[in-house]
Amino acid sequence: MTQASETTINQQKGVAQSSFRKLATRLFRSKTGMTGLVIVMTVILMAVFAPLLAQHDPAQTNVVDRLLPPSWSEGGSPEFLLGTDNLGRDILSRIIYGSRISLFIGVSAVLLAGAIGMALGLIAGYYGKVWDFVIMRTVDALLAIPNILFMLIILAVLGPSLTTLILVLGGTTWVVYARMVRSETLSIKERDYVKSAKAIGAKDFRIIMKYILPNVISSFIVIATLNVATTIILEASLSFLGLGIQPPDVSWGLMLSDGREYIATSWWVATFPGIAITITVLGVIFLGDWLRDVLDPKIKE
Amino acid sequence: MKYLVQSMIKTIPVLLLITLIVFLLIRVTGDPVSLMLPETATEEERDSLRESMGLNEPLPIQYFSYLGDLMTGDFGDSFRYNTDALSLVLERLPATFELAIASMVVAIIISVPLGILSAVKRNSFFDLFITGGAVLGKAMPNFWLGIMLILFLSVTFQIFPVSGRGTLGHLVLPAITLGTGIAAEMTRLIRSSMLEILEQDFIRTARSKGLRESIIVNKHAFRNALIPVVTIMALQTATLVGGTLITETVFAWPGLGQLLVQSVNLRDMAVVQAATFIIAIFVILSNLLADLIYRFLDPRIKYE
Repeated sequence: MTQASETTINQQKGVAQSSFRKLATRLFRSKTGMTGLVIVMTVILMAVFAPLLAQHDPAQTNVVDRLLPPSWSEGGSPEFLLGTDNLGRDILSRIIYGSRISLFIGVSAVLLAGAIGMALGLIAGYYGKVWDFVIMRTVDALLAIPNILFMLIILAVLGPSLTTLILVLGGTTWVVYARMVRSETLSIKERDYVKSAKAIGAKDFRIIMKYILPNVISSFIVIATLNVATTIILEASLSFLGLGIQPPDVSWGLMLSDGREYIATSWWVATFPGIAITITVLGVIFLGDWLRDVLDPKIKE
Repeated sequence: MKYLVQSMIKTIPVLLLITLIVFLLIRVTGDPVSLMLPETATEEERDSLRESMGLNEPLPIQYFSYLGDLMTGDFGDSFRYNTDALSLVLERLPATFELAIASMVVAIIISVPLGILSAVKRNSFFDLFITGGAVLGKAMPNFWLGIMLILFLSVTFQIFPVSGRGTLGHLVLPAITLGTGIAAEMTRLIRSSMLEILEQDFIRTARSKGLRESIIVNKHAFRNALIPVVTIMALQTATLVGGTLITETVFAWPGLGQLLVQSVNLRDMAVVQAATFIIAIFVILSNLLADLIYRFLDPRIKYE
């Protein structure tokens, strides 16, 4: 008995190992997948080693060197590679530090939203009836209010801070997960193995955790990855509107709102943070698209 | 008709929930009195204002009287403009409609031909270029594109005005900004919808009876590919309205979005409520419309 179960465990380990290797080979073969991975890894490294990489303190103002153009254009200084902003702060250092906020908020808000959406989706799909009605009508109501508007109202009431920002982003974007998990649960619930588990008297919680959750998790991971991209853009938008990250903290969206003001004279202030956002988001989308192709051939576009 | 009535009835709990959400957000999480009175106000002044606003009643009663006010179109007064919030919001609607419709036109002009072409020339260099562009369009924050357009077309070449509303020229940059984001999504949709249709039997039949390729693509395939596209376009209304919030701020476009962002920053909650409610009704109606169009375009779809 013990021997038999040990062999199965070893077999399972072998399967897991070889499927991981397969996954890695497939990643190396996919051009966009690799590009996505390289971009995302670069941004992560940038965020982790920000103090080593940045030449200047991102919040240090310097009135003498304000609005210096990038080093390669006329009047630029080699000390400030991408130029300085309206308060004389080094743009490159601010971009490097800004990656921390983008990634941190992107990932933590997605984790929060994913946890809420997963739980509510499972409940709505599995228990149906009143649960389903209440949860899905809430989803409908939230979908009728544009995400960003809803966030603005909450931020206006609670006042902007990093914690509120994560709570707000997580607390409003769970709808996508809830919908997806619910509809998958509805179809999985009708399969024979779930019905037989019910017939032999397995508890609801056990059925959900053992039979339903593992079957929704791959679609879930794909959507979650792609939503990191959306969340990064949402954070930038809120910070741009003045209701997200507050100075002296650094955020790419905040940098863009300075840039909008000085666009007529200093193009570099708004240009580089925007490029940083676009490349990061592009990397996450590439990685998410690749994951979708590999993990979940069912979902297309 | 029966279906229409049914789905109208279905929207009632949704609308109620929205009122509840907005009510809770505004009445419970913040003290409206402290937002309305100066910091120096005495406790008696605060109390008497609370009493006169009915804020000392139990919450459920407050909610019902709030609902009653909404029914009669009373959203309260804006303390900034000293007029009633609803008419302030309605005043701004035409500008936002103008921007939304222009953006939709831009999105259609870009996405329909590109989506069809990339499906017909599948896997060609052209297809790669378009799908790549669509991904890029999704990755770029809309408002940054707007700022870059201002930089190139208003500051450097001075073709279009930087901000404001008035002439057709004022409309161009905001509409492109908002439209390209939607176009990116729609191009992908049209492409995948076209690819699916092009593989179906009736297309093969049309080909085998010797019809010209252009007729097959434009008449047979595109019409059928439109069905999911139109639906999703209407479902994009929420995204579109959300986009106007930021686009209007970038271009100082005097619409609902700009009013909302300003009111949120000033905590002018009466206006925020009224705007939220109007936007929600608008989004719900367009979702309903999407459903009806879907049904009209594809008579095979039957509702229970």
